Amino acid sequence: MNIDELRDHLCGQYPDLCPLFSIEFGDGTLQVECRGLYDAAADLKSLGFDMLGMVTAVDRGEHFEMVYRLTSREMSVGMFLKCLVPRDKPHTRSLYDLWPAALWQEREVYDLFGIEFDGHPDLRRIMLPEDWVGHPLRKDYQDERIIKRPDYI
Amino acid sequence: MAIVDRVGSALEHGPGRVVLSSLDALFDWARSHSQWVMPMGTACCAMEMIASFPFTKFDSDRHGVIPQADPRHADVMVVAGTITRKMQPAVIRLYEQMPDPKWVIAMGNCTVSGGIFYYDTYSVVRGVDEFLPVDVYIAGCPPRPEAVQDALMQLREKIRQESIGPNTRHVRKLTLPGPGESRASVEPSEPGEVG
Repeated sequence: MNIDELRDHLCGQYPDLCPLFSIEFGDGTLQVECRGLYDAAADLKSLGFDMLGMVTAVDRGEHFEMVYRLTSREMSVGMFLKCLVPRDKPHTRSLYDLWPAALWQEREVYDLFGIEFDGHPDLRRIMLPEDWVGHPLRKDYQDERIIKRPDYI
Repeated sequence: MAIVDRVGSALEHGPGRVVLSSLDALFDWARSHSQWVMPMGTACCAMEMIASFPFTKFDSDRHGVIPQADPRHADVMVVAGTITRKMQPAVIRLYEQMPDPKWVIAMGNCTVSGGIFYYDTYSVVRGVDEFLPVDVYIAGCPPRPEAVQDALMQLREKIRQESIGPNTRHVRKLTLPGPGESRASVEPSEPGEVG
């Protein structure tokens, strides 16, 4: 199944999600509001996307952009699911109920970006030591142990 | 002259001969020819270490270099790979489990100084010598197998210079500079908490 067939399939099944669908860099992308993220993800799962391959986030300044990579083994197609969470109190609904693969990946996003996942059963740090202070992949992360690379290199 | 040569020449003159030597020479001869190595591989250098001496056709057994997975049976720890701040307490604990006398080889640029992770990195320890007494450094990213084998020979020479007197080698008191006060030290946890 290619992207256009996926778009037709999605618009036929869920017309309300259709205007949110776009093609970015050749991949299907569904940009939703974060409060509707769980429902949209549930719709996509019932559409056939049975695999959550990746959960990550991007620091967009005022917002963090949550990025979920979904794959359908049956339709042999993948797509992205994105939503913007505010920076001052970043939290969103956990997708652990839909795809158990989100368990550790959301812990990683929590660890490195500080985004909290409501409904996550075991939300604690996974990559860094548990007593670490701060979230290093934020653009404004400060750590006095970091040695800045000199400009001439 | 190594003590083993004197043993050989003494045996040539028949049984009942006496060899005079110092205890230092005897122990150094034994220790330098029996380096049981614990491969402390943490990153890509671990693959090169596996290909370098312990498990391949280079036949490190002829030097008495035998890989040991258990730190309690090992004399030499070869730290191969990037040491992250999360791995650091585990490396210290494994080092402390090794019986004295013990030696450390730092293999690869990351283990020597942090390597390519020296700048702009929040999670990497800049060299294993920040918290362990290192005997031999091997440069390279990764080092050639010849370099690793040469390091073992260098360590053998170093062991031959040592005395069996009271051992002053110890883990340096480690203080991590960090934003959180609770991270000030990585002392071993309480006995009841050992998992």
